[in-house]
Amino acid sequence: MSATDTELDVEVDQSKMKISDEIAIQITDMNKWYGSFHVLKDINLTVNQGERIVVCGPSGSGKSTLIRCINRLEEHQQGQILVDNVELSNDLKNIDAVRREVGMVFQHFNLFPHLTVLENCTLAPIWVRKMPKVEAEEIGMRFLETVRIPEQAHKFPGQLSGGQQQRVAIARSLCMNPRIMLFDEPTSALDPEMIKEVLEVMIQLAEQGMTMIVVTHEMGFARKVANRVIFMDAGEIVEQNEPEEFFNNPKSDRTQLFLSQILTH
Amino acid sequence: MSQIDYGETQAVFTPRPDLPPPAATVGVLGWVRANLVPNWFNAVITLVGLGVIYYIVSGLLTWAVFDAHFAGNSRQACKPNVNIVMDKVATTGILPDGTTLQLETTAARVAVPEGVSPNVRWERRIEPRPQRVAGGRYARVAVEEDHIIEGACWVFIFVRFDQFIYGFYPKDERWRPTVVIGVGLLLIFYMLTDGLPHRGRVAMFLLLPFPVIAYFMFSGGVLGLEYVSNDKWGGLLLTIIISSVAITGALPLGIALALGRRSVMPIIRWFCIVVIEFFRSVPMITILFMAMVVLPLFLPPGTVFDQLLRVLIGVTIFIAAYTAEVVRGGLQALPKGQYEAADALGLGYFKMMRLIILPQALRIMIPAIVSLFIGIFKDTTLVQIVGLNDLLTMMQLGVADAEWTGLSKEGYVVCGLIFFLFCFSMSRYSMYLERKLHTGH
Ligand SMILES: Nc1ncnc2c1ncn2[C@@H]1O[C@H](COP(=O)(O)OP(=O)(O)OP(=O)(O)O)[C@@H](O)[C@H]1O
Ligand SMILES: [Mg+2]
Repeated sequence: MSATDTELDVEVDQSKMKISDEIAIQITDMNKWYGSFHVLKDINLTVNQGERIVVCGPSGSGKSTLIRCINRLEEHQQGQILVDNVELSNDLKNIDAVRREVGMVFQHFNLFPHLTVLENCTLAPIWVRKMPKVEAEEIGMRFLETVRIPEQAHKFPGQLSGGQQQRVAIARSLCMNPRIMLFDEPTSALDPEMIKEVLEVMIQLAEQGMTMIVVTHEMGFARKVANRVIFMDAGEIVEQNEPEEFFNNPKSDRTQLFLSQILTH
Repeated sequence: MSQIDYGETQAVFTPRPDLPPPAATVGVLGWVRANLVPNWFNAVITLVGLGVIYYIVSGLLTWAVFDAHFAGNSRQACKPNVNIVMDKVATTGILPDGTTLQLETTAARVAVPEGVSPNVRWERRIEPRPQRVAGGRYARVAVEEDHIIEGACWVFIFVRFDQFIYGFYPKDERWRPTVVIGVGLLLIFYMLTDGLPHRGRVAMFLLLPFPVIAYFMFSGGVLGLEYVSNDKWGGLLLTIIISSVAITGALPLGIALALGRRSVMPIIRWFCIVVIEFFRSVPMITILFMAMVVLPLFLPPGTVFDQLLRVLIGVTIFIAAYTAEVVRGGLQALPKGQYEAADALGLGYFKMMRLIILPQALRIMIPAIVSLFIGIFKDTTLVQIVGLNDLLTMMQLGVADAEWTGLSKEGYVVCGLIFFLFCFSMSRYSMYLERKLHTGH
C-alpha cells in the first residue's frame, strides 16, 4: 500500500457541499468474522446525507470489508446496519432495497465485458428499475456525459483505458440514481494521469451533494473533498476526524505511525 | 593498446533499399528445401514418407475408384471382369520324423480375357501356408482368396442408401423427415451466421416449437399424415434425432445442474452432485441398458413407454452431467468481480445469471461443449445394443443381406465418411468460434 498525492488543480468549494441532518447510514456495534477470524470489531459509524468520508488504513485492516457490509456484499454477524432506515438482515427485500440506493465502484472496475459501455449503464435501470429502454439510454448517455466519455458509448469496455473504464463504472452506478456511493480504492489500479481524471469526476459528484464513502490513499483528495477521514487498523476504527486535524494533529500513535509511513516517501 | 574501429559514419544518412530475401528461403522451392530436405537424414525420411503415402493412396484409389463398380442395381453389377479359377495342388513330403505329409494347396489362376483391363488386383504369388491338423497326417491350406482384391462395389451403397438415411421409414413418407431436417439445418446455419437479424428469435424457435413440430412431422397421425411408429425411424435420421434431442436437452439441463451444484441450499446441491457424479461414473452402454430395464420401475405398471423415449431420456441425462461439469468450469473461470458488480447493482440471482454470468461463461465454454457434442454424435452408434437401428446398424443390416454379403468395407467407409462430415464441420465451427473469441474483446 502506498499513498499517492495526485496534484488536483481543480478548486473545491466545500461550502457548496451541504451536509443534512438526515442520517444515511447508521452502523451500531457491528462485528464480522470470516470463519473464526474476527475481521471487524465493534464498528460504530453514523454517516449523514451529503457527507464525504475517506477511509484509510493499512492493508488487511478491514476497509473493504466494512464498505462491502454496507451493501451486503458481505454479511455481518452481530450488530446493526441501517441504510436509509432500512435494516440489513437476511430479508432479501431489504437487501434489494438497499442495493438500489447504494452504488459501488470497485478497484478493478468490474465492468461487464460482453456488453457495450452504454449497455453496461442501461442494464440495471432496465432490469431492476423496469425503465423503458429509450429512457434508460437517455439517462445512460447523460451520465456518460457527466463522466466525460459520451463518445465511447458504443465501444466495449476492453477497448477503453483504465481511467475511462473506471469512469464508465461510476456512470453505471449513477444510472441507478443512488443516494449513497461506495468507492473501494477506485484509483489504485490506475496510472497517475488516469487517477486524476477519475478523481475529478468524483469531486464533481461530491459537489452535487452525493453521500460518499471512499476507501483511498489519495491524501490530496481526502484533504480537498472529505469532511471526515476515518483511520482503521486491525478491524477497528482507530480514529476519525476532519481532514485538517487528522493529518496535522493525529491523536493516536497508530495513526501517527501510519501517516508517517505513507506521507514520507 | 589497440585502436577501436567505430566504422565510418555518413554525414547524411541514406537508408538502404529493401532487398527481397534470398531465393532459397521463399516460394515453393524454399519451403521444400527448408522443410523436406534440409539434410540427408530428413531427405531420406521424406522419401520414405512419400513412398508410404504413394502405397496407401494408390491402393485406396485403385480400390475405391479405378477398379470400383458404380453402375447397376444388383450384386451382379459388381462381378469382376476376369475369371478366377481355383486349382487344387497336391504335394507329398516326408517330415524329419519319418511321417509322410500330404499337402493340399489352393492356387488361384486369374484368366484375363483378351482386350480387357482387369478390375481386380492380385498378389503375384500365393504362398501356401501349410497347417498341421491336430493328430492327423493331413494338412490343408486355407484358400487364400483374400489375395485377390476386387474393386469397391458402390452399387451396394447406392441401392441401400435410402435405408442408411431413413431406416425403415415408409418410402412414400420420407419427404417428411427430409423437410424437417432440411429446415432444421437451414435454421441452424442461419442462427450461427454472424450479423443476420433476429438470430435470437430463430434460436428460440429451434429450441421450443421446432422439436414439437418435428415430432408430429416424424410420427404423423395428425393433419392427415400417416402414422409412422418410431421403431421404423432409423439410419442417419435416427442418429440425428437422438443427438439433437440429447444436445438441446442436455444444455439447459446441464446448466441447471451446474447452477444447482453451486447452490447454497444443501438439498439442491447434494441432489445435483449425486446426479452429476453418478452419470459421469457409469459407461454410456450401462446407461442405455438401465434406461431399458430400470426406468420402467419408476413408472406406474402398464405405462406404455416406448424404447426410443427411454433411450432419449438416458442419453440426455448422461450428456447433461458432462455438460454440467463444463459449465461449472466456465462459471469458475469468471472473475468474482462480475458477481459482485451484478449484486451491487441489485440484479438478483436469476437476472445476474441470465444477463451477466451465463452469457460470458457460455462463450468461454463453447469449444468444450462442441467437442462434447461431437462425442455424443458418435456415441449414438451405441444405441444399436438396445435394438435401435441407427446409421451404423442399417449399414450392418445391409451387409448381412445375402445379396450384399462381404461388402462391409464399402459400408464402413461410407459410414465413416458421413460421421466425419458431421463431426468435422462441428469441429471447424468451434475452431472458428475460438478464433473469433480470441480476437474479440
Ligand atoms: N473472503 C474472505 N475470507 C477470509 N478472509 C478474508 C476474506 N476477505 C478478506 N479477508 C481478510 O480480512 C482482512 C480484511 O480484509 P479487507 O479486504 O477488508 O482489507 P483492506 O483493509 O481492504 O485491505 P487492502 O488495503 O489490502 O484492500 C484481511 O486480513 C483479509 O485477509
Ligand atoms: Mg481493500
